[in-house]
Amino acid sequence: MNNNIKADKGKRPLAFFSAGCDSAAHALRRSVLVALWFMFLTFPIMVIKVDTVNKTIDWRWMNLLWIGIGSFVLSFVWRWLLERKELQKDQVSTEGPVERLLTSASSIPAAKWSLLAIVGIAALVFPHLAGMYQTNIMISCLTYVALGLGLNIVVGLAGLLDLGYVAFYAVGAYAYALMNMHFQIGFWTMLPLGAVLGAICGILLGFPVLRLRGDYLAIVTLGFGEIIRLVLENWGEVTMGPSGISGIDRPMLFGHKFGVFDSITFMYYIMLGLMILTIFFVNRLQNSRIGRAWLALREDEIACQAMGIDRTKTKLMAFALGATWAGMAGVVFAAKTTFINPASFTFWESAIILSVVVIGGMGSVRGVILGALVLILLPEYLRAFSEFRMLIFGATMVLVMVFRPQGLIRAKRKVYTYMGRKTAGAEHG
Amino acid sequence: MVSPVLNVQDICMDFGGIRALDEVNLDVKAGEIVALIGPNGAGKTTFFNCITGIYKPTSGDVVVGRSGDSPRRINGIKPNLVTEIGMARTFQNIRLFPSMTALENVMIGTHCRTKSGIWGAISHNRKARVEEQEIIERSYHLLELVHLEEYANELACNLPYGKQRRLEIARAMATDPFLLLLDEPAAGMNPHETIELKELVLGIRDVYGISILLIEHDMKMVMSMSDRIFVLDYGRLISHGTPQEVSGDPAVIKAYLGEGDDDV
Amino acid sequence: MNSRGQAAACPLIVYGNRIGTLMEYFLELFFGGLTRGSIYALIALGYTMVYGIIELINFAHGEIYMIGAFTGLIVAGVLGALGFPGFAILVLAVIVAVIYSAAYGFTIEKIAYKPLRGAPRLSPLISAIGMSIFLQNYVMLAQTSDFLPFPSLIPEFKIPGLTGIITSSEVVIVAVTVVVCVALTLFIKYGKLGKAMRATAQNRKMAQLVGISVNTVISATFVIGSSLAAVGGVLIASHIGQINYYIGFIAGIKAFTAAVLGGIGSIPGAMLGALILGLTEAFATGYVSSDYEDVFAFALLVLILIFRPAGIMGKQPTQKV
Ligand SMILES: Nc1ncnc2c1ncn2[C@@H]1O[C@H](COP(=O)(O)OP(=O)(O)O)[C@@H](O)[C@H]1O
Ligand SMILES: [Mg+2]
Repeated sequence: MNNNIKADKGKRPLAFFSAGCDSAAHALRRSVLVALWFMFLTFPIMVIKVDTVNKTIDWRWMNLLWIGIGSFVLSFVWRWLLERKELQKDQVSTEGPVERLLTSASSIPAAKWSLLAIVGIAALVFPHLAGMYQTNIMISCLTYVALGLGLNIVVGLAGLLDLGYVAFYAVGAYAYALMNMHFQIGFWTMLPLGAVLGAICGILLGFPVLRLRGDYLAIVTLGFGEIIRLVLENWGEVTMGPSGISGIDRPMLFGHKFGVFDSITFMYYIMLGLMILTIFFVNRLQNSRIGRAWLALREDEIACQAMGIDRTKTKLMAFALGATWAGMAGVVFAAKTTFINPASFTFWESAIILSVVVIGGMGSVRGVILGALVLILLPEYLRAFSEFRMLIFGATMVLVMVFRPQGLIRAKRKVYTYMGRKTAGAEHG
Repeated sequence: MVSPVLNVQDICMDFGGIRALDEVNLDVKAGEIVALIGPNGAGKTTFFNCITGIYKPTSGDVVVGRSGDSPRRINGIKPNLVTEIGMARTFQNIRLFPSMTALENVMIGTHCRTKSGIWGAISHNRKARVEEQEIIERSYHLLELVHLEEYANELACNLPYGKQRRLEIARAMATDPFLLLLDEPAAGMNPHETIELKELVLGIRDVYGISILLIEHDMKMVMSMSDRIFVLDYGRLISHGTPQEVSGDPAVIKAYLGEGDDDV
Repeated sequence: MNSRGQAAACPLIVYGNRIGTLMEYFLELFFGGLTRGSIYALIALGYTMVYGIIELINFAHGEIYMIGAFTGLIVAGVLGALGFPGFAILVLAVIVAVIYSAAYGFTIEKIAYKPLRGAPRLSPLISAIGMSIFLQNYVMLAQTSDFLPFPSLIPEFKIPGLTGIITSSEVVIVAVTVVVCVALTLFIKYGKLGKAMRATAQNRKMAQLVGISVNTVISATFVIGSSLAAVGGVLIASHIGQINYYIGFIAGIKAFTAAVLGGIGSIPGAMLGALILGLTEAFATGYVSSDYEDVFAFALLVLILIFRPAGIMGKQPTQKV
């Protein structure tokens, strides 16, 4: 019964304007009120800028106007989105436009393979077509894909909100920097060691904290992350304090040293390889016995235990594996920048990685990749917006949670076949 | 005389000052269907939680063992170990994994009987592949058992209520138990579904030889299928015996019809 | 991102001169800790009240405190330019900051948390983190990322016998906090809304059934919590003499630590926890090392959550199955 009314509403002309209201006039009134409220709310901070030393005041009245107009328009969008969300709640499953495109592309084998081939070739030739600057940005984007996929194991699959993920990244980076400085240990030796070190740290940290409930776990991991950063900052004798460590060796290829330019290209390929490896691993993991146990743990911890799954062991595995990727990415980061300091490992780095996962789509590999591409590349190319980057991240996290909790691309479950036929994993998240 | 697969002696459970279970004794023998009944709030679910490790009983003994094996005291061990020993349960308020498919829900049940780990998952070696295929086949068969095979790839949250209850049974069966604990399996089902459920439960006992302990409010179903019945009221065991014995027991009638009616 | 790292290293409270006898040094640390604890208490109450009602760690609460401090600074700047006397500025700054922080708290709840009632537990928490990031950057972009000097609004007066050990602003902060805490306790205990809040915290469904408007209660909780944070924000800014957009993060986490230490959801617990944390920090930095000031707080947080998540006065929750 409700559905019909809602469906009618959806088709009505001016539906956008009167969404969530009785009539367009009502909507207008509400929007004016919202605009006035936000003008009031933002008045001191947006309009007035005081200089208490020189006793001068800068009045920026134009800002008030923009806020008024902006919140007036956005209030319509807000109500429309809320109504749309309500409508979609009743439908069994809805696919976004991006998802639909991907689904239809991957349902035709030819399209799927040619799409993959195009992306693959583009990725391979990228550093030769684009300049050094672009390649550098791409490397950092790929790093975020790897980090995002690692965190995705912990947050997206196992449902453990880890706000101190960057600590493992720092461990990898500092391990390489210090080993390189003191013992001249090379990149290739350190890459697997970084992974192992990350895993060990993950287990060490995970052991005490994993019996905590979801939100407490989040805060404890945040605390651990900050402790690690503060130690890096204050333990000057070992970590060189806030000034950091410089002159870290770039990776070599069979003893061959690259120049600055070539080494960036080389770094790009290393990162590309690492990312492909990560995608491969995460894909395999999430459709395995272990991956299913993670999902079950995320969905219902009590039922999960009652089905014979060891909670602690399963959580520890997720934590350790997630940390493994952060450890490796840390080594790569140190090798790429040749300079690291504690400022690269603040809570905000964790927050960015988390937004990659959340906005992309928790538990979905394609989502995380898309999330990293969008979140890292967009601000780089929209230079004018780069100041607003964190502002937009924050707002997007809120909006995604409110309107599209599943993220850009929702995780899809694998379709299994039986009766002696081979397993066909059609859809990977 | 068949040895008991579950033997609970003088179990007590306190929540703060409230005694939810008071010296309850209960046993289930191999191949039996035993019902646990009682008014709402009597402590039936609490009893399940105590013997499956979700709560740690304040005192008493819970002893289980596959018939033939030596029995084992399991007070206070973790729920997953209880399941591993061979006691599986369903929940009164359904606790499926909502965004996993029906088949995957059942596959989760096989977790404690399978082994492949991280390396198996990544390398996809022969052993892991064979095991995975076995899991799929077994889970599919269990779905067939509860007549849900056509919903195998449907998300659990999209199934209707009665089917969700059956899916929970299939999931519990996947853990390969010798004792199945069902908490109000017929709640919210229509009469037709209830009859189907009864046949399913009887089938599980007869075909797989699994003992069953069930909590149920549907008296017709309970009386017609149970070998023995235990009655709880305010955390105390007030009666037990065959359906005939229990249904004739004045204490039971009093508990169900309310207090003060001495002439009933 | 560099500016953030440096900002985080800035101490929350600056000590006066440290020359004096051991006893004087001890007392100075003690009063410093008391002041610190008072501010933590004012912020922690907001965390604990919100958690008590909707079981959400309101990650953006530290930002409300920061916005209170900024509003106070702006009011002080405007009134100062108009030539108002110091004390009048203080009172007006606190009032306006309270109004604005309350309005922000109210709005945030409506935007970021209300649509998520009934969503999985992590969703509102992620939304709260997003809100926190947004507000910090909003203030940074609208104002500045530098530290801003904050005028000393609390009038100087001498405390007989304790000159050089306790400053007038410390006295004011502690006194205001005591008054606020007493008022809040009375309100929760005897006020109509206070009773409704307690009822909602205990059992939301039941409260709804007996006719309590849960939406009003939740909004009121945010408004009250935010107001308290604003009072803390203006007072501490005036005491330390500088603010920036980042002060909410560290102060928020520490206040949260205090709330957890006392037992999250418990109002007297938050006050006690804040006091313990403030004193511990003051003595630890005074007698051990000031390099690791924040590490003490974080370590305390981690240790409590691991070993006694229910805190000092909280109840261990039982899970219903
Ligand atoms: N975790 C708990 N904390 C406190 N009381 C509980 C808890 N679990 C159950 N109880 C109480 O134990 C009693 C029995 O409940 P329950 O076992 O669910 O009854 P039922 O027989 O209807 O399944 C009830 O009074 C309930 O309130
Ligand atoms: Mg029950």
